Amino acid sequence: MIGVRKFFVRRCLLIASSLFSLPAAAEMKLNLPTPAATITQEIFDLHMLTAYVATIIMVIVTAIILYALIKFRKSAGFEADLEFNHSWFGRWSWVLVPIIVLGIDFSIAGSATKTLQSVETYDDSDVTVKVIGSQWKWTYEYMDDGIKIVSNLNKNIPEDNDLYLRDVDNPLVLPVNRRIRFLHTATDVLHAWWVPEIAYKKDSIPGYINETWTVVEKEGTYRGQCAENCGTGHAFMPIVVEVVSEDKYDEWVNGQKVAMAAADAEARADKTWTLAELMDRGEKVYATNCTACHQANGEGIPNVFPGLKGSKIVMADMAAHLDMVIHGSKANPVMAAWGKQLNDLELAAVITYERNAWGNDTGETVQPSDIKSAR
Amino acid sequence: MSEVATHDDHHDHVPSGIGRWLFSTNHKDIGTMYLIFSLVMLFLGGASAMVMRMELFFPGLQIVDPDTFNNLVTNHALIMVFGVVMPAAAGMANWMIPIMIGAPDMALPRLNNLSFWLLPMAGIMLILSMVVSYLPGTGGQVNTGWTLYPPLSVQAGMGMDFVIFTIHILGISSILAAINIVTTIVNMRAPGMTWFKLPLFVWSWFFTGLLLIMIMPVLAGGVTMLLFDRHFGTAFFDAAGGGDPVLFQHLFWFFGHPEVYVLLLPSIGVLGLVIPTFSRKPLFAYKPLVWFMAMLTALGMVVWAHHQYTIGMSLGVTTYFMIGTILISIPVGMMLMSFIFTMWRGSMTFETPMLFGIAIILMFSFAGVTGVMLAVVPADLQYHDSYFVVAHFHYALIPGALFGLYAGVFYWLPKWTGHMYDEKLGKIFFWWTTIGFNVTFFPQHFSGLAGMPRRIVDYSPQFAEFNFISSVGAMAFGLSHLLFLYIIIKTIRGGEKAPDNPWEGSQIGTVGLEWNLPSPPPFHSFTTPPTIK
Repeated sequence: MIGVRKFFVRRCLLIASSLFSLPAAAEMKLNLPTPAATITQEIFDLHMLTAYVATIIMVIVTAIILYALIKFRKSAGFEADLEFNHSWFGRWSWVLVPIIVLGIDFSIAGSATKTLQSVETYDDSDVTVKVIGSQWKWTYEYMDDGIKIVSNLNKNIPEDNDLYLRDVDNPLVLPVNRRIRFLHTATDVLHAWWVPEIAYKKDSIPGYINETWTVVEKEGTYRGQCAENCGTGHAFMPIVVEVVSEDKYDEWVNGQKVAMAAADAEARADKTWTLAELMDRGEKVYATNCTACHQANGEGIPNVFPGLKGSKIVMADMAAHLDMVIHGSKANPVMAAWGKQLNDLELAAVITYERNAWGNDTGETVQPSDIKSAR
Repeated sequence: MSEVATHDDHHDHVPSGIGRWLFSTNHKDIGTMYLIFSLVMLFLGGASAMVMRMELFFPGLQIVDPDTFNNLVTNHALIMVFGVVMPAAAGMANWMIPIMIGAPDMALPRLNNLSFWLLPMAGIMLILSMVVSYLPGTGGQVNTGWTLYPPLSVQAGMGMDFVIFTIHILGISSILAAINIVTTIVNMRAPGMTWFKLPLFVWSWFFTGLLLIMIMPVLAGGVTMLLFDRHFGTAFFDAAGGGDPVLFQHLFWFFGHPEVYVLLLPSIGVLGLVIPTFSRKPLFAYKPLVWFMAMLTALGMVVWAHHQYTIGMSLGVTTYFMIGTILISIPVGMMLMSFIFTMWRGSMTFETPMLFGIAIILMFSFAGVTGVMLAVVPADLQYHDSYFVVAHFHYALIPGALFGLYAGVFYWLPKWTGHMYDEKLGKIFFWWTTIGFNVTFFPQHFSGLAGMPRRIVDYSPQFAEFNFISSVGAMAFGLSHLLFLYIIIKTIRGGEKAPDNPWEGSQIGTVGLEWNLPSPPPFHSFTTPPTIK
């Protein structure tokens, strides 16, 4: 308990000091972040218009009420004017007020419709990225270049660092000043890909392809996170976008292509892998793809995610283990079919890792050729 | 008729023991039970909100795990919507509508008993939905939020089935209560109590009842399809089986948006009595207000998809829902205008119900203008699913629904109990709870704009300041309700004797007959119809 109290007091002091010191208070953001793309700039201007209209209405309403509260009170000796409801205003207010409100409405609706039309304009794009939401990571497929990136939460950042829950292992890389088309979909449940500075959100829905677009005007790193509740790890699937110059982007694309070709060749190579090699690779695959549910220690979360440490399937039934990882679980849809997402070598490595880590120590290896025949 | 029989007719026979409550067909007793039920649920729903805010005090996981957190999110909403606001409004309707319109009781007293006693059953089921996931082999918790969107809700464990059946039972209860109230209003008005002499509260419940009858079956159908998807191999919402996950969202919000007006309208009705009473001036533009309430009811049925702007609808459909939603500002603006100009050139005093009334007008206006901001589709593509939305709908529903009911409680406590409540404590409660509420929810507009999504158990330190302020406010807001409970218990137990009509201005304008009865009213009132001039 003392630990809890100490923790609480320390945190309170920390936040209180940042609340009352001026430079930090100036950093407290009161508005949408400064837009860095044309479309988010247009939305930002619309947001400011409605926010100003809202503020003006609130000021007028508050002023009328305050005036009434001061003037028309019994303690100030004001007698109720029972004729007021029958005055010309009383008789015609039901026409007058809706007309005023309608005028305000139309002034907003006009700009809104215009911006909506630019949001829904689907011109040809320079780069098309398929954004796939899964529990709990983002996969980016560059449709034109065949590049695929899996982006996971970076778990090594402490709670008091500003990047806590806002950093990933592999960011999405985009070129500046080129029109980007995002195609949103999901593999399991609903997600929503949202980076306020550069990309408004549309839901990622299994079986749907939703389209959004952007042209980023400023190089830099932009952060966001999943906005649609997707279950246990909803708070833990951030988004990082690196926007770079066009030259750097082309360089990056070529580098990715070379690396992918090498990995592909390696996976296809007719080679028998040793246990140590597979364990080494498997640990990395496991950390990227499996820890969100089964945890780094392989124990899962009781009653929610089954543990792999000492599990029957992992320890003994090899065929069932391969089937579960490649084709997913029929009983529990949360367990994805990894056969579509990982290559033979990665699958062989991660299964070998699971059968030998955390004291499972079966000593068995799974070769890429075993995966090929089990597919 | 013999002397004895005549005497018996006038004797106010009150049944005794537990049977009085279990088998009650008396609208006042059933109203009381509704109100007590909602008070109990208020503390349950409030406690779950306070656990959530405690978890969100600081970045990092401290108190609950992510699934428990989102299960609390689900339960907080379901309890507050179905367990607190609707039963409290129904309780007030039960208590007040018959004695306002001069009826001896509700039109269908036995149905009334059933519609109440379904509620505690549903409450128990809802609590079970949270408890059951701690048993082995029952799967994950209900971590979907109250919207229960598939496919996540198909993944959830047995708790989800409890939630589905809870919604069925609650739906039956609401439909029966709504049928009863509408029937009472249509058929049981005393001679001379014509439609445009009805107090605004009766009108507001008339529209609420109609809405409930139209929307509850749709929700029941939606969750039944969900149940079938979960257990009987159908694929209504499963894209892999040819279904459509978005269909559920349409069914849910076809219910969910009108539901907002179900929560709101009874409280608007209470304000329509409280504001004129303490302004000593008839309700401004009463007849147009009734027509605009009808417009709100109709318009509210056809704008549901503004809760789902991000699902990717066509430009035409999106534009339709945007314009429709913005037009809602007309009836709502008319309501607020009506209340403001009732106060204008009135002779105001500031008892607790009136304080709530004025605060509601201000804070609900604020919810209205942020509502217009949210209605604008391109901007909503930024606000959607962020804390900005959380702040908006709490500004709409806490002042708009809950505070309206508090105003009603203070307004009618003298009539219900026969005692005056402690005015000084009432005012302390008003200031405490209103300040607590604003400190809690005002900063959430900013954390939402900064990019903080809803329904997250943990957040980055960049949102820390606003969440800290919000949590401090939430603790104050939550604790203020202990004072509320104390005031109610104190008033029931005794206090200054309340006269038949404790409020100087309550007989001005379109008023009911409740103030002609003694405080508290006899067990059976208006056994012979009164005549209204």
